[in-house]
Amino acid sequence: MRRPSTLFGLLLALLIVSAGPGLARADAPHKILIADPFIELHTGPGRGYPVFHVIERGREVTIVKRRTDWFELRTDRGVQGWAPREQMIATLEPTGEPLDLQEPARENYMSRRWQAGVAGGDFAGASMISLFGGYAFSDNLSIELTFNHIIGEFSNSYSATLGLMHVFVPEWRLSPYFTLGTGVIHTEPKATLVQSLDRDDQIGYVGGGLQFYLTRRFMLRSEYRNNVIFTSRDDNEEVDEWKYLGFAFFF
Amino acid sequence: MEVSGLRLLFLIALAATTLPGCALFRRGEAQLPPASTEQTAAEPVTGEPSDKPIIDPQVERREIKRTRIDTEDFEVGAYVGVLSIEDFESNVVYGARLAYHLTEDFFLEATAGQSRAGRTSYENLSGSADLLTDSERDYTYYALSAGWNALPGEIFLGKNRAYNTAFYLVAGIGNTKFAGDDRFTVSGGFGYRILPADWIAVHFDVRDHVYDIDLLGEKKIVNNLEAHLGLSIFF
Repeated sequence: MRRPSTLFGLLLALLIVSAGPGLARADAPHKILIADPFIELHTGPGRGYPVFHVIERGREVTIVKRRTDWFELRTDRGVQGWAPREQMIATLEPTGEPLDLQEPARENYMSRRWQAGVAGGDFAGASMISLFGGYAFSDNLSIELTFNHIIGEFSNSYSATLGLMHVFVPEWRLSPYFTLGTGVIHTEPKATLVQSLDRDDQIGYVGGGLQFYLTRRFMLRSEYRNNVIFTSRDDNEEVDEWKYLGFAFFF
Repeated sequence: MEVSGLRLLFLIALAATTLPGCALFRRGEAQLPPASTEQTAAEPVTGEPSDKPIIDPQVERREIKRTRIDTEDFEVGAYVGVLSIEDFESNVVYGARLAYHLTEDFFLEATAGQSRAGRTSYENLSGSADLLTDSERDYTYYALSAGWNALPGEIFLGKNRAYNTAFYLVAGIGNTKFAGDDRFTVSGGFGYRILPADWIAVHFDVRDHVYDIDLLGEKKIVNNLEAHLGLSIFF
């Protein structure tokens, strides 16, 4: 039981660290004015939670926090509840300007720089779990790092690849892209098989895919790659790789 | 003429005191703007209404530093529970959980857990024929899942307390390392989340981890059920 205890200690430390800023948050309160005839406060951040309070026009409230599209508000009388984004759009800053929700919308999608996500797929008949992250130099061109965990019937592999990705028409909601890169693949044969050595090989790939802007900061992706594994044997190995569905977000 | 001389002197003195006084009053009056009367005269009684608002909204302008809204879409936590490893007894499982709430309905979740397999009935009966070595009995897994808050609601404790809750369904893919090998794992289940405050959540989760194993020569599907209790914090 030595390993679980270290893991548990680490988790506990993580919890304490993450709780720290949460408990000791002392920012200046963000106050806004209600501009709609009234705002309804729900008991929780969701449409299913009941309305228990109403704040009328002209009253000043404090934004406590935001969760997804819901904002927790506190009135000067100390009543605390959640209001949806649609109602928050009609509120004003104390300066009289409309509240800026700093929304990562379609316009930001064009100017995105960082992107990360996960995908599931198939690598030469084996199941694959993929993690990727990228940085865009321009609207079209970005560099992308991908880690794959490939779990097959006869062997397990890990691969790390670095490549360039070119999005043809970045302003389209559904846009095709082209990708090209290289990396390494580490293969471990399964323990139940006759022992053969672990091996590290270089890998090169060319591929293409589609990315679809979903909403807010989220995207869906689907990708095909044709890999060439430069083995130490006489022949190189060609492998088809499909990422059936990937989920990505930009920031 | 002595009398008239005195009267003249008296009249001069009277004039000298009163007349500048009147002038002082007038001076004060002249300083008042005559605008009020002119304005009402300029306002047409009938015809086109003026564009001027009847009440000028006096929004107070203050110098404020715009603070960022504290967005709490992430959730990090840990859990402890029981994992039943098919053929290999049930044991304590520890894990960590990171979730990202996309909308009020959907969330993404990454979990990683660790347990240890016991002995099969066969191993116990036969005495010393061990199927797995000591290190092969370590069981670790990770899962990337999507969740749906199917039933948001509240629980009521006593007369004055109500806490937000949600019943959610989760499904995902991942990997299980057990018996010395990685195994692609499909997992799914449900959970119940109670929020004692809006930054902390208590979870009760039930998961099924399904994968193929060929430990005894023949490939078979196993279902490993897990039930755990967790605590998480929104940030």
